[in-house]
Amino acid sequence: MRMKTSDEALALSAANGDREAFGLLIRRHYDRIYRMGWRLCGTQADAEDLAHDIMAALPAKLRSYRGDAKFTTWLYRVTMNAATDRARKAQRRMKAREGWGEDYKMRAAADAEAAESYDWLQRAMTSLPEELRETVALTLGEDMTQKEAAAVMGLSEGTIAWRMSEVKKHLRTLAEKEAM
Amino acid sequence: MQDFDDDLDRLKTALKGAPSPDRPSKEAAFIVAEENFARLQEKGEFTRPTETPASRPSFLKGLKSMFAPNSIKPLLLTTSSLVVIGVGIVLIQQPELRLEVSATNEQFVDAVATDGIGDTPEVVEENVRVEPIIAEAEVGDIAPAEAPATVLLENFAQADQLVRTQPVAPRRAMKQAQASAAAGLAASSDIRVLPAPSPSDTIAQPEASNDRFANEAPNPLKITSEEPVSTFSADVDTASYTWVRRSLQNGQLPDPAAVRIEEMVNYFPYAYAVPEGDLPFSTAVSVSQTPWNKDTQLVHIGIQGEMPAIEDRPPLNLVFLIDTSGSMNSPDKLPLLIQSFRLMLSELRPEDQVAIVTYAGSAGLVLEPTTASDSAKINAALANLSAGGSTAGAAGLQQAYQVAEQMSEDGEIGRVILATDGDFNVGQSSDEQMKTLIEAKRDSGTYLSVLGFGRGNLNDSLMQTLAQNGNGQAAYIDTLSEARKVLVDQLTGALFPIASDVKVQVEFNPAQIAEYRLIGYETRALKREDFNNDKVDAGDIGAGHTVTALYEVTPVGSPAVLNDPLRYGEAVAASDSDELGLLRLRYKEPGEGQSQLIETVIAPSVTGASDEASFATAIAGFGQLLRGSDYLGDWTYADAISLATHAKGADTFGYRAEAITLMRLAESLAKGQ
Repeated sequence: MRMKTSDEALALSAANGDREAFGLLIRRHYDRIYRMGWRLCGTQADAEDLAHDIMAALPAKLRSYRGDAKFTTWLYRVTMNAATDRARKAQRRMKAREGWGEDYKMRAAADAEAAESYDWLQRAMTSLPEELRETVALTLGEDMTQKEAAAVMGLSEGTIAWRMSEVKKHLRTLAEKEAM
Repeated sequence: MQDFDDDLDRLKTALKGAPSPDRPSKEAAFIVAEENFARLQEKGEFTRPTETPASRPSFLKGLKSMFAPNSIKPLLLTTSSLVVIGVGIVLIQQPELRLEVSATNEQFVDAVATDGIGDTPEVVEENVRVEPIIAEAEVGDIAPAEAPATVLLENFAQADQLVRTQPVAPRRAMKQAQASAAAGLAASSDIRVLPAPSPSDTIAQPEASNDRFANEAPNPLKITSEEPVSTFSADVDTASYTWVRRSLQNGQLPDPAAVRIEEMVNYFPYAYAVPEGDLPFSTAVSVSQTPWNKDTQLVHIGIQGEMPAIEDRPPLNLVFLIDTSGSMNSPDKLPLLIQSFRLMLSELRPEDQVAIVTYAGSAGLVLEPTTASDSAKINAALANLSAGGSTAGAAGLQQAYQVAEQMSEDGEIGRVILATDGDFNVGQSSDEQMKTLIEAKRDSGTYLSVLGFGRGNLNDSLMQTLAQNGNGQAAYIDTLSEARKVLVDQLTGALFPIASDVKVQVEFNPAQIAEYRLIGYETRALKREDFNNDKVDAGDIGAGHTVTALYEVTPVGSPAVLNDPLRYGEAVAASDSDELGLLRLRYKEPGEGQSQLIETVIAPSVTGASDEASFATAIAGFGQLLRGSDYLGDWTYADAISLATHAKGADTFGYRAEAITLMRLAESLAKGQ
């Protein structure tokens, strides 16, 4: 019966304390968050942690959802912000890790292995600056129109179009480098 | 242009290759989400973050996590969800849920937190007109208002903000359902676990918030003439040091609550004099200059457990109780645990026996008691462990004890080794019942050790409680080398107790010592009268363990005395002895009910500190720096590094070198703040 309830209605009831609505909502959207996380972070482990973090914070976060945007649009925004936040924290850790190899070798090796299989994607994504990565994650990864992506990122459609042309340039540069 | 599009297509295809989410971690995320959701709703009971001491993990929380993944019905049992039920009814009646429905047709349940268990909720069909003042005033105005949803929501937002600025909202206001669904979220959320709600979009880091620690405020300075006796229990746990190390290695200063100085000091092996004669341990007391205060002295107490010949030890009966819940599915948890146990297996003797019980969903015996010589069978069982499902800790523990009792013959030591990443779900029983069970099993000869794995969900306080009551050691394992230290290097110590209920009592001589303070051992303090009471439990010392304690003492007449003498006089010290004090130790031989007493006089001579004592001092200073102690003056990390470097000694295993690196790391992190 409640299968047809819209995301927006569920989110608002959840924000008002409806536990069942909340349960439905997270089950409906976990995979989306996870996959988006994977596209933004590059490894399954990061995507899982990210999704876990978002799940943990969602109850509190939902209070800021007022129903004025599509729930998925809002959720993508939350996911992107969380990923950015996470990347920033990881960067701080990296600094501390320098010159502190031993304990990390094990863990770092596991990550590297996971990363290995997505070799080209890794190279392509890392060749892009963060804002372009986010843009392709939405347009190419989530099949959004430029308009939808613009709504998530709070930008104009024109900016998204321009960013996509930038992505092409970066990819061409990468292809040229690899051809050499 | 064609090749550009190819690039984009290629990128698109690659991005589409997103892996499917891992089921256990997905389930774990749902559990966390729903727990946090329930917690946000919890009203009245926890109005302030400090109200529930960290050492008492909420019983309700255990219940909640048990029911979290299931349907809504069992929630009738818990209190915090009563509000939800009211709204839920509305939803079922009107499947096409609209905003107006939930906003103008609210049904309120007056749920006073703990009273509600099992009761039928009383449903009041009234609407509340929410005024912006709602959060700070008594909630009146119960009227059949027809406020449009948007207005209501706006008011909620305002109430919400009000509460943010005034975190302690009146309880009455909190009880009102919808108002508190908005206001209560901000004010009454159980902030022990969730970070303070922030209006920004930053994501709460469960890493930083879900780990719970047992700790007390640092021991205060005591005036000898008022309170000459200091009593505490021996502690050989090391979890805090490992935790601190992991924080620092991750580039963060540890939460001061995670720093238990005695566990940092006792992490390191010290070469104290080996016990002679019949005594199971030796005590060494020395007095030296305090590095951070030229006008005080440090009394260093070192206890060294005897190391019986390994060949003499009775066979071990070990039951590994392994948490295989979904959350264990990360490289630093179950896989590390399995590797750790493999390391340990190679150190066992053929006649030792091993069994494995897992708990996840339902508890199960994975490996029946097997002699250590049959390593192929044990390894196969370890290899088959996989993470999935939620935890059923209490049932697992019961079964593990049962297996251990089957294995033990007379004179043999049985031990359950619980390996978990955190929330040990106590199921139907309360913490208190759990404690009673562990105590009863301890007295019948089965001990419990707890190994913590992973980060983000670690329930340190519960680990401490379990191990302390089970005569065991609590250790936190984050790397394979730590596993080696805990399980292999100290195998005999961890698994073979030589003295139990070891209590330490120091009586200072008020004629010599004006003030003193015990560094660390806050969570181990005992009452003075408990020292001679053999019924009061205390820590155990395993074979070869060392226990170190440090007192900073201020001699009478020293400029460092902080308290002025009383105008109307105080009890005059009767003694003209020049001894600084008397150290008393009580312990029981394993299995004995009657304790024995050892007394050692603390002689007044100030000696140069040995390397062992100096290194312990450096670590104690390091711990105090991390906790932000007031007593260190301008003593810095650099001083700690220099002191530790000079006292490094032989350092066979490299533990001390590692500690010095950690000090350097902390120094640079502290500068960055």
